[in-house]
Amino acid sequence: MKNGSPMLSIENLHSAIGEKPILRGVDLVVHAGEVHAIMGPNGSGKSTLANVIAGREEFRVTAGAIRYDGRDLLAMPPEERAREGIFLAFQNPVEIPGVSNLYFLKAALNAVRKHRGLQELDVVEFRDTVLERLRLVEMSEDLLQRAVNDGFSGGEKKRNEILQLAVLEPRLAILDETDSGLDIDALKIVAAGVNAYRSPERAIVVVTHYQRLLNHIVPDFVHVLVEGRIVRSGGRDLALELEERGYGWVQSPSAEVGEEARP
Amino acid sequence: MENAASQVKGWVDQEYRWGFVSPVEADTIPKGLNEEIIRTISARKHEPGFLLERRLKAYRQWLTMVEPRWSTVCYNPIDFQDIVYYSAPRSMKDRPKSLGEIDPELLRTYERLGIPLREQEFLAGVAVDAVFDSVSVATTYQKELAKVGILFCSFSEAVQHYPRLVEKYLGTVVPYNDNYFASLNSAVFTDGSFCYIPPGVRCPVELSTYFRINAENTGQFERTLVIADAGSYVSYLEGCTAPRRDTNQLHAAVVELIALEDAEIRYATVQNWYPGDKEGKGGIYNFVTKRGLCAGNNSRISWTQVETGSAITWKYPSVILKGDNSVGQFHGVALTNNFQQADTGTKMTHIGKNTRSTIVNKGISAGRGQNTYRGLVKVLKTAENARNFTQCDSLLLGDRCGAHTFPYIEVKNPTARVEHEASTSKIGEDQLFYCQQRGLSREDAVSMIVNGFCREVIRNLPMEFAVEAQKLLEISLEGSVG
Repeated sequence: MKNGSPMLSIENLHSAIGEKPILRGVDLVVHAGEVHAIMGPNGSGKSTLANVIAGREEFRVTAGAIRYDGRDLLAMPPEERAREGIFLAFQNPVEIPGVSNLYFLKAALNAVRKHRGLQELDVVEFRDTVLERLRLVEMSEDLLQRAVNDGFSGGEKKRNEILQLAVLEPRLAILDETDSGLDIDALKIVAAGVNAYRSPERAIVVVTHYQRLLNHIVPDFVHVLVEGRIVRSGGRDLALELEERGYGWVQSPSAEVGEEARP
Repeated sequence: MENAASQVKGWVDQEYRWGFVSPVEADTIPKGLNEEIIRTISARKHEPGFLLERRLKAYRQWLTMVEPRWSTVCYNPIDFQDIVYYSAPRSMKDRPKSLGEIDPELLRTYERLGIPLREQEFLAGVAVDAVFDSVSVATTYQKELAKVGILFCSFSEAVQHYPRLVEKYLGTVVPYNDNYFASLNSAVFTDGSFCYIPPGVRCPVELSTYFRINAENTGQFERTLVIADAGSYVSYLEGCTAPRRDTNQLHAAVVELIALEDAEIRYATVQNWYPGDKEGKGGIYNFVTKRGLCAGNNSRISWTQVETGSAITWKYPSVILKGDNSVGQFHGVALTNNFQQADTGTKMTHIGKNTRSTIVNKGISAGRGQNTYRGLVKVLKTAENARNFTQCDSLLLGDRCGAHTFPYIEVKNPTARVEHEASTSKIGEDQLFYCQQRGLSREDAVSMIVNGFCREVIRNLPMEFAVEAQKLLEISLEGSVG
């Protein structure tokens, strides 16, 4: 599984909001074709990790490095990261009144295509692409004419994120609590969308509090983040064990969580 | 937000692209304002007696008035004796008979502004009256329009050729004693556009006036009169630019619209006067009175304005809804950046029965810009079943700008229905990051969000100008984010 150079490698990452440290030395290596789940209790730094990878400035990186395809990711502005194939499915997608969903998708896709040296899609090609992906997430067509996320229900917003994922075809998808606020039917639709996206050239990082999403998007690796550090890594079984025993189990001070685990 | 605010500072680096000065020899009268000056202007224009009388009456009225101080705008006192009230390109003294006789420098000026006046290069589907300082340089498409009976020419020409129409309608919507700046305009106005659409005629092209201030220390006082006779339709657009200068220049125009029974006038403005530099030095004072009269039953008047220029904009395009079932609309976007100030909005006066009005205003403030919406909805006793809907939205970029809303509502008839909605929002760092995460630059993101915010208004502009207006908003936003 670990042949070739990693797509994403995070080394000793420290990050803070204002003066408050959130991440305190995260190490993570993701190869193409892999699905990693980042689990952890509330406030452990899961969303911060997702946002730092995407380049959100208010999360200040105070130490450490992130390499993406061997390049210094932290030196790249957020839009360049996006154009290079990093996609963040937001926990709380924002509303952009007056800008139609379709127009937004087209602008985003063309920005990405331009960066990759591809021609802009014409109206018909673009429409066909979107309509095909729309079926995947079982969204109604009139959501395309509405303003971006404006007046969307929680479930519609999350599905809209997956629609964007399907249209933009990034190489690394980070799903930040995409399962939160979804009923089981919507969860299955979202998971189906993500699974359709899975391929040997792509990688996925799933950030979630609960293991139920992982029943549908089955991870290769599970990491447990506590107080800004990955305290335990394992396979799929780790998520199940966590569900059974609760986060208290990994949070309790023990040798396994000791400093010697740090590089 | 701190981040977005600091990036908005980039706005100030934007260049005003229309700030050049044309090397045109000017025929300019001495500075200052008195009866002699007014007589001189009237004589230069070979005006009939009634007009000179009217000018003098307005001037004497103006002398008794005081400059209004009720708005939120602030500026140093204007020295009205330090302004030149008439300046015309010397080559225009003997009015050229054809485009071939016009000073090539003037034609070049309009070409640089994207308004070709040469016959073979006319803007498709748009008839233009080009006003340069105090005179109209040329009017395109005149012959074609004359075939369907439409009169479209400079105001000066109208005074010569159609004095009865001018006398009948001039000042009927904005009387000479209406307000301080309208009285000043009535006394010293120089040129502008005149348009008459005969009964039942639908004007086949967009009519437009392009105002250009070129000479220094000169005020521009233009007068526009549009009359849509019974059952006719016209769509009208005006655009404006000026060179960049360190001193302020005054632009005090009056626009009067008259719609008779079943007639419709759509009037759009894309105002891009020089806004002053990043320190707030220079720029145009744009103090304008615009008013339309829905005189006949079932008539409609619609104002659409996109205001990105001027150091100070102060205007309230209004509609008097006199005819029964008449409809008045106002759609406005005002963008203020750096030290620009805008106090703008509309007045809708309901007199006739079943009259309806709609007001949609979008204010965008950036830098240290101050943006005020001021609107009056007045329903008189006679206006049975009058309806108004008003929506005012403000968008803030950064934390040193301001947005203010003053809606006034006066209702004298209990059957009236008046609705008002207002909102103020900030372009959020989270919105910008969301767009960036999808591959858009911050600049494109701001432009997309602002255009989305203004969409309701922009889509009211004629197609060709909607594109122009969008570009103008983008240019005004250029460099706004790092």
